[in-house]
Amino acid sequence: MHWNSVSEFFAMGGYALYVWGSFGVTAAVVVGEIVLLRSQRKAILRNLRNELLSEGASS
Amino acid sequence: MKTRVIHWFKFASPQNFYGLAGRMWPWFAALAGVLALVGLWISFFVAPTDAQQGEGYRIIFVHVPASQMSMFIYLVMAGWAGFGLAFNTRLSGMMASALAPTGALFAFLSLVTGALWGKPMWGAWWVWDARLTSELILLFLYLGFLALQASIDDPRRADKACAVLALVGVVNVPIIYFSVKWWNTLHQGASVSLTRAPSMATTMLWGMLIMVVAFWMYAIAVALVRVRNIILERERHTEWVKHALE
Repeated sequence: MHWNSVSEFFAMGGYALYVWGSFGVTAAVVVGEIVLLRSQRKAILRNLRNELLSEGASS
Repeated sequence: MKTRVIHWFKFASPQNFYGLAGRMWPWFAALAGVLALVGLWISFFVAPTDAQQGEGYRIIFVHVPASQMSMFIYLVMAGWAGFGLAFNTRLSGMMASALAPTGALFAFLSLVTGALWGKPMWGAWWVWDARLTSELILLFLYLGFLALQASIDDPRRADKACAVLALVGVVNVPIIYFSVKWWNTLHQGASVSLTRAPSMATTMLWGMLIMVVAFWMYAIAVALVRVRNIILERERHTEWVKHALE
């Protein structure tokens, strides 16, 4: 471990913006993709169920 | 009892692959999570400070995996697309379209983290260097693939058109890969190569490799989840989907 304090860790030797920016944008993209896929799946299932219900009602 | 033979072609049918993908993705997701935690720990607490770039070099732990995945996913996508053209299998086109958005995101991440690295080290967010420019073209190829897919209503025809685009675009991947050798680029050469000893500290190398594998697992998990969505949408009028919902 080569960090002497928490603030030193967050300062990243003066490169805080660039290092945290890189890891931050990566984390944001990963989380965003997962959230999007999940909501996509929910929407598809909801639509399919609705379709199925309306088919059952008409026949 | 019957002898257990795995019939691989069984999984070429979307119906069977839907179930298989559903059983597989949680494992890949779990591996991705564990490896990412280990990789991040090494990235920030084990890997030493770089002699030249100080702490700024730590961007490497996301930049290299993202860039590698952006190229590799393109190759896999084009492979599926070509397979689909040759054998006319439905699942191939679905796999190719499931990979494209993730590949585009990795190309985007490669460019953004590269800009965030270029600014402090080169003094510029962007230069029209061969490596950077060819990676930008890769992002455009992904976006072109997605736009073309969205613009054709019949999914089977869209798959074919996209397959041709994907295959033509493959020429760009070796250009990105070898750009640092073929041209005098501002971008540094490969840090890791198969033919010579790596030019970095062992812990840095391990951190990077673990992050690369974590990104791999993530990409596989996400592609499997997305292909399940695509299968459900495209097979919505089949009996098996209706049964699966009940």
